[in-house]
Amino acid sequence: MKRRRFNQLALASLILPGAWRSIARAASAPRVLVVGAGFAGATVAKYLRIWSKGSIEVILVEPGREFVSCPVSNLVLGGNRSIQDITHSYHALVQHQGIQMRHASVTGIDVNKRKVSLDDGSNLHYDKLVLAPGISFDYSHLNALAGTELQQHFLHAWKAGAQTSALQQQLQAMPDGGVFAITVPALPYRCPPGPYERACQVAYYLQRHKPRSKVLVLDANPAITSKRALFEKAWAELYPGLIEYQPGSELGYIDPGKRMLATTFDRHKFDVLNLIPPQTAGRLALDNGLANAEGRWCDVDYVTYESTQAQHVHILGDALDSGLPKSAHIATSEAKVCASAIIAMLADEPPDPAPVFANTCYSYVSADEAMHVANVYRYDEKSREMKPAQGGGVSHARSAGEAREARSWAVNIWHDVLG
Amino acid sequence: MMHMLRAAILSVACLLPVLAWAGKTDSHARTLAASCAACHGHEGQSRGEIPSLAGSTTANFLGKMKHYRDMPDDGSVMNQHAKGLTWEEIVALADYFAAIAPAAAGGRECCQKTDGQ
Repeated sequence: MKRRRFNQLALASLILPGAWRSIARAASAPRVLVVGAGFAGATVAKYLRIWSKGSIEVILVEPGREFVSCPVSNLVLGGNRSIQDITHSYHALVQHQGIQMRHASVTGIDVNKRKVSLDDGSNLHYDKLVLAPGISFDYSHLNALAGTELQQHFLHAWKAGAQTSALQQQLQAMPDGGVFAITVPALPYRCPPGPYERACQVAYYLQRHKPRSKVLVLDANPAITSKRALFEKAWAELYPGLIEYQPGSELGYIDPGKRMLATTFDRHKFDVLNLIPPQTAGRLALDNGLANAEGRWCDVDYVTYESTQAQHVHILGDALDSGLPKSAHIATSEAKVCASAIIAMLADEPPDPAPVFANTCYSYVSADEAMHVANVYRYDEKSREMKPAQGGGVSHARSAGEAREARSWAVNIWHDVLG
Repeated sequence: MMHMLRAAILSVACLLPVLAWAGKTDSHARTLAASCAACHGHEGQSRGEIPSLAGSTTANFLGKMKHYRDMPDDGSVMNQHAKGLTWEEIVALADYFAAIAPAAAGGRECCQKTDGQ
């Protein structure tokens, strides 16, 4: 803390009753409260500690006891990885990085008093608050008839964990000759290539165990949204006759009893329905009025990731209206820009005015072949957004070499976030 | 080849004082370098098949990045990333990773549940 600021505070305390409390807090290390310990939240917590050389107190609030990775989770459906392979501990963040972990949920945020309430009854003050709330699902366009039944039986498995295992069990229980339907929401949604990778992994399993079955991909988008030519080639060459793709097919109605659904144009019977719903910023952002982009996503300053809605509140990851792919690598890159900016702001120094970062995202089309999309993104001062730099693109072809790279990517990003 | 590299390094060295102003480049390069961690490991120390960057000499790093940048589109990740960076950023990354110790051999895969937590 700077002497000048301390003197100001000391003077204020002579005038303002109760100011001693804020002095006591300000005189100690500044406190950053991070809510949500996915890729973005865990990364910002860790890098705040490392880059401030431990001079910032970091509290990480996350109800989950373990980290379950969305990247690689589709391989669990294909039988090519186990749920244990993608489940990791937060242990090292506490033991090695000195982060204080609170396994609780946020019940309220008071941005004026800079205070967060938790469901364990405690209140935490902060100098800076970072929210990494991820996504929530929007079922409002579907028939109310099905209600919660719809959400319980027709799994999204779009947050890795219990639903990943449950969907795998539904796939394994499906009779040979059955139809495994996947509905893809309109962009923007978490992990653009994810639904198509999932179609590959389900087809991989069916080819080996239930070859008379079919994967039916009902896509609300006019075409495959990522790595299109590569997926089309993989489907045709690796899984001929196994994957049926219907573009422009937004899910409109489900009859759970008859196991029938209706899209914009057609009706389809299914045996297992993997309903990936339209998405919004995580519930925490919605409930606290921070989803100021069409009431669905959060707007931030892309130099600091501070909300355009609330001062001292920073928001990261898939909850943002960034126009960038909602990927794990981008979430971690944003988290690092944000950590660096917060450290600068707490020291009354300017943040890097033009951040640059990379995104690399692999998709597995089988057990041992993958392909990628890679881009550098650069802050554009005119639009005040991150824009793709020149040179980005996708693989020329899927390959075994890229599957080995994808495995290395996973090991390294997990360690970077959690180690 | 070597004299070309030396020339590249020398021309780059002239830019360094420009880059050092106001601490801006420091955090710019640090954040950019950290963005490489997803594939190349935390602090450039890879635990997988993708090579480490930590401990790479400046000349080696610059030579490779120049190669990736100048070659035609081959659909590789590094060809795509190298074209998106400025030469000043590539030089700053070279310096950053050259200053880190190489990865220790035999680092275990991270954070499995078997930690007992």
